[in-house]
Formats: sequence, structure tokens, C-alpha cells
Amino acid sequence: MSIEEIIKQFEPVQHNLLNILHALQDRHPQNCLTEQALDETARYLKLTKSSVYGVAKYYTMFSLEPRGRYIIRLCVSPVCELLKANQIMAVLEKNLGIRAGETTSDGLFTLELSECLGQCQEAPSMMVNNEVYNGLGEEEVQRVLVRMRRRKKK
Amino acid sequence: MGEKRILLKNVGVIDPGCIDDAIRAGGYEGLKKALKMEPAMVIGELTEAGLRGRGGAGFSTGMKQKFTSESCLKCPQRYVVVNADEGEPGTFKDRVIMEQDPHLYLEGTIIAAYAIQATKGFIYIRGEYHESIRKTEKAIKDARKKGFLGKNIMGSGFDFDVGIKLGAGSYLCGEELTMLESLEGKRGHPRIKPPFPAEKGVFGMPTLVNNVETLANLPRIIAHGKDWYRKLGTERSPGTKIFTISGQVAKPGYYELPMGVTLQELIDLAGGMRDGKAFKAALLGGAAGTFVDATMLSERMTYDNLREKGATLGSGAVIVMAEGDAVLDILHNCLRFFKHESCGKCVPCRVGTTQLVKKADQLRNGQPGKAALLKQMVREAEIMASTSLCPLGQSPVLPLESFARYFKEVK
Ligand SMILES: Cc1cc2nc3c(=O)[nH]c(=O)nc-3n(C[C@H](O)[C@H](O)[C@H](O)COP(=O)(O)O)c2cc1C
Ligand code: SF4
Ligand code: FES
Repeated sequence: MSIEEIIKQFEPVQHNLLNILHALQDRHPQNCLTEQALDETARYLKLTKSSVYGVAKYYTMFSLEPRGRYIIRLCVSPVCELLKANQIMAVLEKNLGIRAGETTSDGLFTLELSECLGQCQEAPSMMVNNEVYNGLGEEEVQRVLVRMRRRKKK
Repeated sequence: MGEKRILLKNVGVIDPGCIDDAIRAGGYEGLKKALKMEPAMVIGELTEAGLRGRGGAGFSTGMKQKFTSESCLKCPQRYVVVNADEGEPGTFKDRVIMEQDPHLYLEGTIIAAYAIQATKGFIYIRGEYHESIRKTEKAIKDARKKGFLGKNIMGSGFDFDVGIKLGAGSYLCGEELTMLESLEGKRGHPRIKPPFPAEKGVFGMPTLVNNVETLANLPRIIAHGKDWYRKLGTERSPGTKIFTISGQVAKPGYYELPMGVTLQELIDLAGGMRDGKAFKAALLGGAAGTFVDATMLSERMTYDNLREKGATLGSGAVIVMAEGDAVLDILHNCLRFFKHESCGKCVPCRVGTTQLVKKADQLRNGQPGKAALLKQMVREAEIMASTSLCPLGQSPVLPLESFARYFKEVK
């Protein structure tokens, strides 16, 4: 789908801005909002470019920088910390060879930190794009990464 | 005390994606009944049932509807906004409702709209809750097909429709006025209160903002009546509450219980302590909540009783810590959370949250003079609370002050 096709699914009113930005970002292979996407959104909603940029920059789920195909969001809020999210962090950093906020050189993974994902019944938790993974241990994390890497080859 | 599921009675029983299942289980019976009542009667029933907002503040739901329905009578439009932003750490009750029985809170939303005669509404769901978003989208589509949404709902002459708005990773947007900004397509900067949403809400129109769990109560109260409802819970906190208990218990999860259950009873229901460890502390109500120690285990968890004892019920989150856990690390985490979520618009909060994290670092590093440092932090958080623009800046004092009260020795 082109940027225009995505945007036109929504009514041209300002209160659709966040929904539009989500749709644009989700459909971009690098999970980000490009300059062109933001410009077209501004034109469509008759908003200034700077107000659209301001919104895109304000919210932590949006990124103006290209990211990996898979965004890993590890929860670092209190329950996950209590149940050793830091160990999961170490496993992820070691396996991926990057730190939080970075993207692997093959463009596959971006590692991010998140506040409570609302999955505390089985902490520690993380999301990979739209999927939730709970009750994480080292093995589970390794398995998920292997599966994601395989998916890419297909 | 055992679980008492009135809101969650369909969980695991019906297919949440199937409206016919929901209808067979009594879904939309409350709405049917409400549409035959005068709107003011619906408000009266809810007020007398004593339902209080489950988003954290515990304000009377009926009273809020009354204010919203009576304000700005010449305004051309009124709105209902559902707060499904659920960002308070340790809280996941709204997610359970949205994923397992979305028609329940959708029905409650339509009843609320009828009560205040709103013809439009929005459900603001946090962007990370994909499953909740998907289930709610489906529920809305199916409800429209059945005539529970749209024009002339069930032949009553009442029109109402609702759309989904997505959040994008900001805890502050769970605060009702900030949510309205975000919903309008702007940055999540708080608005100054007053005016309250009831007077000037979304697009400047009178707006009723309610939490998902609050709205899930409406179909039950209308269908079974206020007297039935008041038999549950306590005099001043009637009904049930969905508690989400996490951390060092054997069976963390969600438990729906009559208001007034004690912390000990809740822990027992959650299988007791994990691996038989000893209880050390609990954080009640999430990051914007309060720490308690073992002396509070037998206190009844109602809005008023906990407030009297210097604690909070908040969203119903209960994070349990055991012997061997560093409570200080959890306090540090809460302060870090506020620093991360501060929007930076006003100086006391922007600078204050940063300073508090720095000082919590020093506490953890075990420098001498910890007691004095902790005292100073509480004082600073108090000043911050009285000078900040919005309730986020007023929150760090809650975990800090309660921590200082119970865990002075700082381990
Ligand atoms: C920083 C902050 C975050 C909040 N987050 C939420 C939230 O995620 N969900 C919610 O229902 N209420 C939240 N609230 C409370 C709302 O402002 C508001 O009181 C609530 O939506 C009212 O609904 P109720 O009367 O049904 O409880 C938050 C408040 C503050 C100050
Ligand atoms: S108190 Fe904090 S979150 Fe609220 S407006 Fe000020 S800086 Fe923003
Ligand atoms: S604290 Fe990590 S999911 Fe809630």
C-alpha cells in the first residue's frame, strides 16, 4: 500500500492523527515514520508540518529513525524488575550484540525498553512487534530470536 | 473470602469474538432495560448503587454523569470517552475485560451515553494493547450489525456510535484531560483543571470520561438493580473490584473480589507467597501508589479505609515483595518511571523527577546519612506536589513518603 492509500482510509480530521501515524509506521518495513509520510499526513489533515512532527516526536511508540524489522520492547517497570528483567536484558544484549536503543547491523532487530506492558501476571515480559512474550527465561528468549531469524529467510 | 465474579463471570465461558455468545450469556439485557428508563432514572440508579470510579480516584460514577448531563445545555454535542489507556505499572484488569468480554464494557459505554444523552463516543486504548484493540474493533462492528450501536438503537429513538483512538506509549495520557488532548490529535500535554471534562472536554464539549472497569459495572447494576449491587462490598465502597496481584505470590493474576477484602486474603487467594517466602512489602496502586508492610495485611482494602491509613487502592494493582527483595530498588524504579513519563512542561516536575532519581541512586550506593537524605527527598517531593501543573508531578510523593514511613532502615 502506498502512503496515500494508507492515509485515505481515514477521514481527514485532526483527531485521526495518531491512528494514521500508527498505520503508516506499522506498514513501513523499517517501523518508522518517513519525512514523506509526515508531509503527506500534514497536507491531508491541513496541519502544519511542525505540528505533525511535534506529535510524532512526542510519543515513544513512534520513531522518525529507521529501525529493525522486529522491535523488541523489554519491560523494565517494577514487577519485571522484581522478577529479574535485568537478566533478560543481558541475554538480549549478548545475543544481539547491541545495547538498548540500537539496531543490529543486519537491520533485523531493534532493542528498546518499555514501561509496564500490562502483562505483570507473568513477568518478565517483552513484546516483539505486536506479539507478547511472558514469563521469560534465557531459553525462551533464545528460542524467540531463532524463530524471528528463521522467519526472515522465508 | 472467595472470588465473586460479577464482571468477569463470562471469562473462559464465552467466545469473546462472538456477539451471539455474549447475548446468550445475558449481554445487552442491561442496555435493553436502560433504554426503557428515563435517562435521569438511569443516573439515579447508578448514584444510589454507590458505584465509584475504578480508574483510581474513586469518584461517584452517578454524580459524574449528573454533572456532565447538566452542564452547558446549549452545547450541540456531548461525548463519552472510555479510558482504556491502562498504564499504571502492575495493572492489567482493563485488558482482561477487553480481551475476554469486550461486549460488557461496550454495553456499559452505550448505557452511559444514553444516561447523559451523548450521541458520540471514543475509546482511547493504549497502542501496545493489540489484542484489546482487535477484540474491541470486532465487538463494535458486531454491535452495529445487531443494532446496539448506530441510529435508533433497539427502536428507542436514541442514536450513539463510538470509535477507537490509539495511544502511543505515554502514561501521562491516561490522565483524563491529557487524554483528551491526545485524542484530538495533539501532543500529550496536560490541560489546566478546572474546567473539568464534564464542562469542557473533547472539542470543548461536555464529556464523560470513565475507566473500562467502571463501565463494565453498568450493565450489571441496571440489569439486577441497585439493591442487589449494594449487597456486595461495603457501605461506602459497594460492588466488587478486580485486583491484579503480581510479584512474589504463587499464582499472580486477576481476582475479582467484593470490596473490603484484606491484603492477606488476596495473597492467600493468589496461592500464598511464592516458594513459601516471607512477606516483606506490597506496593498498592502501582507507581503512583503506596508501599505497605506486614502491619497492613489485615486492613480492608476499600478507598476510604486505605486512605485513612495513609495508603491507596488506586487501580487495584498489588505488587508483592518478599524477604530478600530490595524494596529500595522498587522505589527507585517508581521514581525512574516518573522521570521517564514526565512531559517536561513545568519546571518543578521536570527538575524534581530527575533530582529524585539521582538521590535514589545515592541511597542505593549506600553512602552515609541515608536517613537524612530520604527525609530530604520526601520534602522535595512534597514541594513538587504542591507546585506541579498536573497530577503526575503530585504522584512521586506517594511511594516515597510511604516507603520512608515503613522502610526507614533502607535496605
Ligand atoms: C498520571 C495519571 C495516569 C492515569 N492513568 C489512568 C489510566 O490508565 N486509566 C484510567 O482509567 N484512569 C487513569 N487515570 C485517572 C483518570 O485521570 C480519571 O480519573 C479516570 O479515567 C476517571 O474514570 P473513573 O471515574 O471511571 O475512574 C490516570 C490519572 C493520572 C493522574
Ligand atoms: S507535572 Fe510533570 S507531567 Fe505534569 S505538566 Fe508538569 S512536567 Fe508535565
Ligand atoms: S511491570 Fe512489566 S509487564 Fe507490568
